[in-house]
Amino acid sequence: MTALLEKHLPGWNRPPEIAADDEGELLEVSMGPHHPSTHGVFRMDVALDGEIVVKLKPVFGYLHRNHEKIGESSSYLGMMPYTDRLDYFCSLTNNWAYALTVEKLAGIAVPERAEYLRVILGELTRIQNHVSSVGFLMQEMGCSGTPLMYAFREREKILDLFERLTGARMMCNYMRFGGCRVDATTVWLKDAQTVVAGLPGFVDELEALLSSNEILMARSQGVGVIKPELAVNAGLSGPMLRCTGVNYDVRKVDHYGIYDRFKFGVPLGAHGDVYDRYMVRVLEVRESIRILEQALHDIPDGPIVDAKAKSRGIRPKVGEAYGRIEAPKGELGFYLISDGTGTPYRYRVRPPSLINLTILEDMCLGHNVADVILAFGSVDIILGEVDR
Amino acid sequence: MKTIEEIKAMIESAVVGVQLEIVLNPSPVAQHSLVVDPAHAVAVATYLRDAEELQFDFLSNLTGVDWLDKKVEETAGEGNKRVDPGHLEPGHLEVVYHLYSMALGHGPLVLRMRTVNRADQVTLPSLTPVWRSAEFQEREVFDLFGVVFDGHPDLRRILMWDEFKDHPMRRDYVEPDDFEYEPTPHDEVLKRATEHRAEAQKETEAAQ
Repeated sequence: MTALLEKHLPGWNRPPEIAADDEGELLEVSMGPHHPSTHGVFRMDVALDGEIVVKLKPVFGYLHRNHEKIGESSSYLGMMPYTDRLDYFCSLTNNWAYALTVEKLAGIAVPERAEYLRVILGELTRIQNHVSSVGFLMQEMGCSGTPLMYAFREREKILDLFERLTGARMMCNYMRFGGCRVDATTVWLKDAQTVVAGLPGFVDELEALLSSNEILMARSQGVGVIKPELAVNAGLSGPMLRCTGVNYDVRKVDHYGIYDRFKFGVPLGAHGDVYDRYMVRVLEVRESIRILEQALHDIPDGPIVDAKAKSRGIRPKVGEAYGRIEAPKGELGFYLISDGTGTPYRYRVRPPSLINLTILEDMCLGHNVADVILAFGSVDIILGEVDR
Repeated sequence: MKTIEEIKAMIESAVVGVQLEIVLNPSPVAQHSLVVDPAHAVAVATYLRDAEELQFDFLSNLTGVDWLDKKVEETAGEGNKRVDPGHLEPGHLEVVYHLYSMALGHGPLVLRMRTVNRADQVTLPSLTPVWRSAEFQEREVFDLFGVVFDGHPDLRRILMWDEFKDHPMRRDYVEPDDFEYEPTPHDEVLKRATEHRAEAQKETEAAQ
């Protein structure tokens, strides 16, 4: 099909060139803040030359609530439920990053079963985030409803698991310093295995529908291209970075938790365009399924909270720590400074969504307005985390 | 990764006249940091990014910390006699950088830069030309802490709105009274509300 298109429509997947046109005026358009494709309240100030974008400035802050200031007036444990609200699609990985940083700061160990539970929940979170982000991308491409609902059907099964274990579908508030809040029953683990066993079939179905879809390829190949050097320099992380072919996954680099025990690959793209980002996400779902199968098989019995750890009223010694994990959106980091009291002196979130948007203008320049929506959608952001 | 002392020695031999200071981190992770003087910061950053053995190509995190003025009382000798009746140690704003190397897979290296004080000398050099990921994060530090980054291509407020005056992440920031939110003010707030209403009344009359 690609060869056929190339024959009849040469250059069909290449970005249009900006014609040097001294006549006419630029049109300034404010895209957002209320627009279905902005995933929340987000605005882009776009200057257009005809249909072509010549300037794009993102405008943030509509959802700003100074999360970090709240962190500096709340106890360590008191911030745990707030971290759910950062990236509200992936509350469990937010919990994990925060718990990991406090554990680093205070030197708390985590028992083995809790580490396994964290991996299981973290990977389930990654799967539901990636499949729904693929669904949203299709929605923005114009295939209204169907792929998104297919993705949400699968996501709902995972959220049901979350609800049974933690009591909430999205605001899970599950991790604690030195472990997890409640233990998983054998029935839950068995049901998780059933859900995971059904996932490869779903990914096959999704791929059969989409991966070689002509319209998807025509709309996304060659659109929103990022060069690997720029991606590294601009601090991109997660699928945004790996779609350019840079092999960097915090799970492989930092070996946090127990990730060195599992066999899994890191999918890489080659072109850095929207299609590669879609493909990297789909392949990451497959790798996550592999991790889940291993983790659900190996999970040992034992305590879920370290005997010496205490969550309530924790007062880490004076010092600071930067901890980071591979969240579905990218590298999620927390930076804490303790002055010896029960409240952090400085509480900082390194939001992958915000930093991944650094190159939004570079991706969109020279493209049509319709492609801006795609390039932006493929970044996969959540405004709760961008604006904090 | 090389130790912080080795990295300090490498920078000192490569960048002439640079002043570095190691800040030890007593927490269990022991992520020690280097304080860089602002005059040589861009040279140091470029060296760290490009040096063959270091290659810190990935600026992961950039953030600000506000250290308030501190009242210091010195006591010494028997019975902790007060030598110093208490002098004010000036505070400063600090910008913290967490660097990683994607090429070599090591990190983090923590850099810090300090302003002279918290009031009028708050300018630091921007590292956006070295690491593009600093662009939005420096804007955020400018917005919330009030550090001015010299050489930033587009230094505007990012999270607060443009007309906003203060810097909310500073430790001594006080939220303004919101009398609409509190329709029946009392005590201290009532006093301020009365003043506020009198002022508002005067302004309306002046406008008419």
